[in-house]
Amino acid sequence: MVNIKINGIDCQVEEGTTILEAARANNIRIPTLCWLKGLNEIGACRICVVEKTWARSLVAACVYPISKADEGCEIKTHTKRVLESRKTTLELLLSTHNQRCLSCSRSGNCELQVLCKELGVDNDARFIGKRNVYDLDDSSIHMFRDNNKCISCRRCVAACDSQQGVGVIGANERGFKTEIGCAFGMDLAQTSCVSCGQCINVCPTGALSEKDDTAKVWDALNDPEKVVVVQTAPSVRASLGEAFGFPIGTSVEGKMASALRMLGFNAVFDTNFGADLTIMEEANELIERITTDGILPMITSCSPGWVRFCEAYYPELIPHLSSCKSPQQMAGAIIKTFWANKNGIDPKNIVSVSVMPCVAKKFELSRLDQSGAGKGIPDVDCSISTRELAKMIEKARINFAGLPDGEFDSPLGLGSGAAIIFGATGGVMEAALRTAVWKLTGEAPESPVDFKEVRGVKGIKLADYNVAGKEIKVAVVSGLANARELLDKVKKGELKLHFIEIMACPGGCVNGGGQIIAPADVRNFTDIRAERAKALYSLDENRTARKSHESPDIKKVYADFLGEPGSHKAHELLHTSYRESNLSK
Amino acid sequence: MATKISPAPFAGTAAQEGQLIRLIHEIKDEKGSLMRILQEAQGIYGYLPIEVQTLIARELNIPLEKVYGVVTFYSQFSLTPKGKYQISVCMGTACYVRGAGEILKKLRDKLNLQGDEVSPDGLFSINDCRCIGACGLAPVIMINEDVYGRLSPTGEELDDILAKYKE
Repeated sequence: MVNIKINGIDCQVEEGTTILEAARANNIRIPTLCWLKGLNEIGACRICVVEKTWARSLVAACVYPISKADEGCEIKTHTKRVLESRKTTLELLLSTHNQRCLSCSRSGNCELQVLCKELGVDNDARFIGKRNVYDLDDSSIHMFRDNNKCISCRRCVAACDSQQGVGVIGANERGFKTEIGCAFGMDLAQTSCVSCGQCINVCPTGALSEKDDTAKVWDALNDPEKVVVVQTAPSVRASLGEAFGFPIGTSVEGKMASALRMLGFNAVFDTNFGADLTIMEEANELIERITTDGILPMITSCSPGWVRFCEAYYPELIPHLSSCKSPQQMAGAIIKTFWANKNGIDPKNIVSVSVMPCVAKKFELSRLDQSGAGKGIPDVDCSISTRELAKMIEKARINFAGLPDGEFDSPLGLGSGAAIIFGATGGVMEAALRTAVWKLTGEAPESPVDFKEVRGVKGIKLADYNVAGKEIKVAVVSGLANARELLDKVKKGELKLHFIEIMACPGGCVNGGGQIIAPADVRNFTDIRAERAKALYSLDENRTARKSHESPDIKKVYADFLGEPGSHKAHELLHTSYRESNLSK
Repeated sequence: MATKISPAPFAGTAAQEGQLIRLIHEIKDEKGSLMRILQEAQGIYGYLPIEVQTLIARELNIPLEKVYGVVTFYSQFSLTPKGKYQISVCMGTACYVRGAGEILKKLRDKLNLQGDEVSPDGLFSINDCRCIGACGLAPVIMINEDVYGRLSPTGEELDDILAKYKE
């Protein structure tokens, strides 16, 4: 332990602790802009500077490890010199920032804006000079890149490269001309960007944002000719509350259903229904592949970021992808066929909206063969993120916190516990095992429910199960850099597996690129993945039906409409195909 | 967005590619090998177009953006082909105050080269550079390895100098 003083208070810290962490442990939140714990520790932005004895200049608290040599030193975190330095840094950042805060998607939770307010930056003319003007990159379906608001913190670069193993963005040029962008000034859409949106989640400003599709939803809601239906993914309910002051990890399932009805949707469905369908089809496909010496390991296909990654970076593994559409698309296909038919509605008059923790879903609905109800009738018309739903609720001035708990419409609104855990890494695996093991062991109602080995936020999890005398080896991966690590082993034959779950985003959909943004000050010290997942596992425990095949809605849809899992009709509506992508990598 | 891909058609040969791939395989496991590979590649091709950078990224199994980021960070690397005679105009402080700016402009006008492109006959390309260490001779230009100093800001010597490089 090292004895130091922080702002006059004696502290004992473990050797190697950074000044920033030591201060935090003593209730001082040193501000940061570029620092992301474990991901982007480059000490570049100079916002976290503090005074330290024996140091001639201010030191960057985020990357300064306290060593034995610092015994007895004193650190001061809010002297005039420190505060002035931070303010000057902000003024310099603003001198190349377009400062269009009013219309900015991040106004109110922009980390730059918050610091400017705190430090009283009020003179935006202090450093007037040359300013680079950048074109808006609106080339991709899911997001905007506006470098006029970029502060070159490189958090997005770290997310794209180190965390996701994609690396289509980076810092180009040098000095004043430094610009975060793609190779050769390409647009994002020309690259193998997988649309995961993790870069948006870590951006401190409004430089990166999802494409806002709420205008399309408002238009549909205002069109009396249209029947507007909505489905919400499992993990949306685990994050939406954060936009309305609820602690991270609070499930707002009931309030969300009420809010959607108040917004004017004609029917409120749950993507959990689609998730249960996915399990029925995917468990069936897995058993078929295992029993007929099919291509193994089978890999899940519900994460569109992962599917895109596979098509671009591991095209040779495409035959391993489950042919199942994602829950969003399955639910969409059933809404425009089974539900439309049952209610005598022309599917062309339905506007089907999905609320997703994901921005890749915006891309997914434009994929080929995602029109179960017929050519020109997309399974889902419009996908909005959790953030966009929060904006709609705010715009409608709905007092979200005060809402009573509402319910989803049935059928297509009641999901099993297995469906709800889809939102957390390991959830799809566990849900599939609940049904596959039940099937393989003679369909006994008391077949196991909990497969706890595949739970938790660890990037790569391996487990072996003995099912009816047969060994089934599984792996669960989240975060695409982890996927690379595992898939390279699978390709080399170092790992023999039957079934792999891959989610593009670390921690799974609970930490999806469309979730409510947790500023770095929060995400550096709270594991938002684990907190949000807890909400889902607790909902699972309290569901009556915890296995997909036990869901009454699922039984009904198969009995009345689809027949058996894997039937001809199921294949027509619920399955899809994949193709290699040759965009720049 | 404005693309930085060189419009000049890529004229790399199989022999050049073989040479580069051999080099990459030889040194790719050394720390910091990317810099040397880029330097050698520029030596082989004269510049680093997207075709060459893509090949390097593929062979090193790293994203193209990572290669491009390094290439654009260092001024020694070029994305566009250079002329047979590369004219560098020193814009260091001493040269600049003695009229290097005017000389650069005159050269650009005379050769009708406004950016880093090559003249249609393939002979000339122009770039500005920082101090080449000959401040006593300011203002200075270099044509390949030849140094011309104490030029007048009016550029009256330029025609005679350029005449030496007509083929």
